[in-house]
Amino acid sequence: MDLSFGSEYDEFRAEVQNFLANNAHKAPKGNDLRGDTAKDWQKLLIENGYTARTIPKEFGGFGAEPDILKSRIIAEEFSNARVNTGLGGQGISMLVPTLLEMGTQEQKEQFIRPTIHGEMIWCQGYSEPGAGSDLASLTTSAVLEGDEWVVNGQKIWTSTAHIADWIFCLVRTEPDAPKHKGISFLLFDMKTPGIEIRPLVDMTGAANFNETFYTDVRVPKHQIVGERGQGWQVANAILGHERETLAPANTAQTRINALIELMKTDTADGERLIDNPVYRDRLMKVQGQVMAMRFNELRVLSARLNPGQDAGLSRMITKLEGTELRHELEGLAIDVMGEIGLAYEDNPHLRNSGSWQREYMYFLGLIIGGGTSQIQKNIISERGLDMPREPKIEKSR
Amino acid sequence: MQFGLSEEQILLQDNVKRFLNDNASLDHVRKYAEGESDANIWAGLSELGVAALLIPEEHGGIGMTPLDAAIVAECLGNNVAPGPFLGSAVMAPTALIASGGDHGELLGELAAGTHRVGIAFGEAIKRRNDAGIQVSNGVMNGTSLFAFDAVADSYLVADQNKHLYLVSASDTGLTRTVLTTVDKTRQTVELTYKDVAATCISTQVSVFETTLDIGRVMLAADTLGAAQDMLDQAVDYAKQREQFNRPIASFQAVKHMCAEMAASLEPCRSMVWFAAHALADLPDEARATACHTKAHLSEVGKAIAKTSTEVHGGMGFTDLVGLHYWFKRIGANRQWLGAPEHVRHEAAVLQGLVA
Ligand SMILES: Cc1cc2nc3c(=O)[nH]c(=O)nc-3n(C[C@H](O)[C@H](O)[C@H](O)COP(=O)(O)OP(=O)(O)OC[C@H]3O[C@@H](n4cnc5c(N)ncnc54)[C@H](O)[C@@H]3O)c2cc1C
Repeated sequence: MDLSFGSEYDEFRAEVQNFLANNAHKAPKGNDLRGDTAKDWQKLLIENGYTARTIPKEFGGFGAEPDILKSRIIAEEFSNARVNTGLGGQGISMLVPTLLEMGTQEQKEQFIRPTIHGEMIWCQGYSEPGAGSDLASLTTSAVLEGDEWVVNGQKIWTSTAHIADWIFCLVRTEPDAPKHKGISFLLFDMKTPGIEIRPLVDMTGAANFNETFYTDVRVPKHQIVGERGQGWQVANAILGHERETLAPANTAQTRINALIELMKTDTADGERLIDNPVYRDRLMKVQGQVMAMRFNELRVLSARLNPGQDAGLSRMITKLEGTELRHELEGLAIDVMGEIGLAYEDNPHLRNSGSWQREYMYFLGLIIGGGTSQIQKNIISERGLDMPREPKIEKSR
Repeated sequence: MQFGLSEEQILLQDNVKRFLNDNASLDHVRKYAEGESDANIWAGLSELGVAALLIPEEHGGIGMTPLDAAIVAECLGNNVAPGPFLGSAVMAPTALIASGGDHGELLGELAAGTHRVGIAFGEAIKRRNDAGIQVSNGVMNGTSLFAFDAVADSYLVADQNKHLYLVSASDTGLTRTVLTTVDKTRQTVELTYKDVAATCISTQVSVFETTLDIGRVMLAADTLGAAQDMLDQAVDYAKQREQFNRPIASFQAVKHMCAEMAASLEPCRSMVWFAAHALADLPDEARATACHTKAHLSEVGKAIAKTSTEVHGGMGFTDLVGLHYWFKRIGANRQWLGAPEHVRHEAAVLQGLVA
């Protein structure tokens, strides 16, 4: 057991702190993907190696050797200072790592630089009305005609499709192959003729995701990642990692600290909320859970640093436990506020800009998205505990 | 940076596990529950150095860390093994060392496993009716309810002021009444003092607290081990029990019960490691972390004790498979040295959250 990062890392931490002290005022406040402030900030972060850190210079990144501890320090310091960590979105978090691992040199050159600089926004076209948890049963088809794929079908829950420049999309190219082996991973421009986008309003009131329809959409043949029929492997190459990062313990810690502050200032019958022993006990219970997840994350980190160290099921459980915990934490804040906890949108009594209700619902979305909690439990029991799969029900396709 | 067990610690774990599998199987546990002595088990564990773990070398010990002790506690919980580990190898040595006093041969005897100390801390944590002790001029009177690790040569007693005393089991003024509890893997006794000679170990609250904190972390580690074993037993049982022409492990309801147990338990392991490490190395965080760890493991353990029993169906409810020993051990660990609501309150106090 050795929790120190070493003196080299103390220097690095000081550097990050120094950067934040001098530059934090330039950071954007909201989550605007398109704004100039956001892009300028992103550029500054890349130049200093605080985002896109390990992406090679030739593709517009900072080009550092992977160093898990440095990445961790950056995350910790930005979180402590509550400063925007740069652009996110599915292009940056999912497509870029996929291209780095499976893309051709041309694809890397064409897409990575504009994506990480916020010039090219992506959406993810995986789910379909008939293919959610059972994603591999998707039916949107792509047929090769000469030098072009012709795409027909429908996607749903396509987040940010309405603002996206491009899409990475799973399509069926080999209708006669077994379902996992007939899928390909295509990239195409959202301005291609034949694409229709219909917004879907979600429970938070925002229209962040969409139904998207594809009619004879023509995609150049080379805009495929991996080989024909390998789309399932391409999509899964980084899915596990993506799941681990959906609900980081750092953020849960920041949120519980905000909740403690709230309970120390808000009152009911003149008594601070934190002085109510029932609420306080619930708070402590959640704080203990957050603590357990923080240490679980330390173990995951340590297993990455020290190959050979047994990480047990610590990685496999983070999506399930992390998203459920955040939902509970945000819900607790609503409970302790009573009717004030209902405040939303323009209500003058909002606490923390109304984030409690928003996040409470948002995390229910994350419990469902990216593999539902039930699917996570299937994975944990089958792959983690080696329990048998359900017998398959045969259905002719 | 390395957050995990060292090679030596994994070796320690393997050694203790092997010994317990040979010497503290369910058959042994049953015999102990029916009244057989744990002397052989404790002698064997002491030979492995378990009794000497936390005692410095100059006193005949091997000077290891609370994390090493937590590893042993986890193994003991795994096998629901009897033995005076918590009182004699952890809490008593911790109190004696923290007090800074000279305790003669006692540490050496503890390290050798030849002296056992029971623990009577109830009054200093939360005094129940019928309990209460007074000490004046080195003479103790009154009653301690529910002292654990009861088969002992002396008792470490805390009064309401959190002062610590040692009383000898052979003092003629001391009456010991064995108390039956649901957990028959750990002996419990009521102590009545009539003009008993009490040696003051410490009047510093911090000594009491250090002793309490490590006790709580060890109970959490014990629950970790017991809960892990209940999960493992459930998964094994589900794979071999068949209903409707298939192993029940292929039913999703059963798989999800197991996945929930695993998902809630896995972070507990990291939490116990951190809490034990903090006792020695992170004094600012140690106390609140110990409270949270005790509470969190109690909650997760309780849910696993229930769920694992359910996965076993009627068999889980019988004495036959003996699962109930684990169920009861986890239930008992939850109450000793502060139940969840109590330790969470302490965690809040420690953070200055209580007016
Ligand atoms: C906020 C949000 C954003 C999203 N963004 C995108 C996006 O950008 N791009 C994209 O492609 N998709 C996106 N999705 C879709 C998401 O991946 C799917 O919603 C998810 O995989 C579940 O599929 P489904 O909605 O069809 O539910 P279903 O699969 O129909 O599930 C319904 C219920 O049945 C249960 N169930 C299903 N199968 C099993 C099983 N084998 N065992 C036990 N229970 C089962 C589920 O757990 C769930 O409770 C998003 C979803 C959300 C909520």
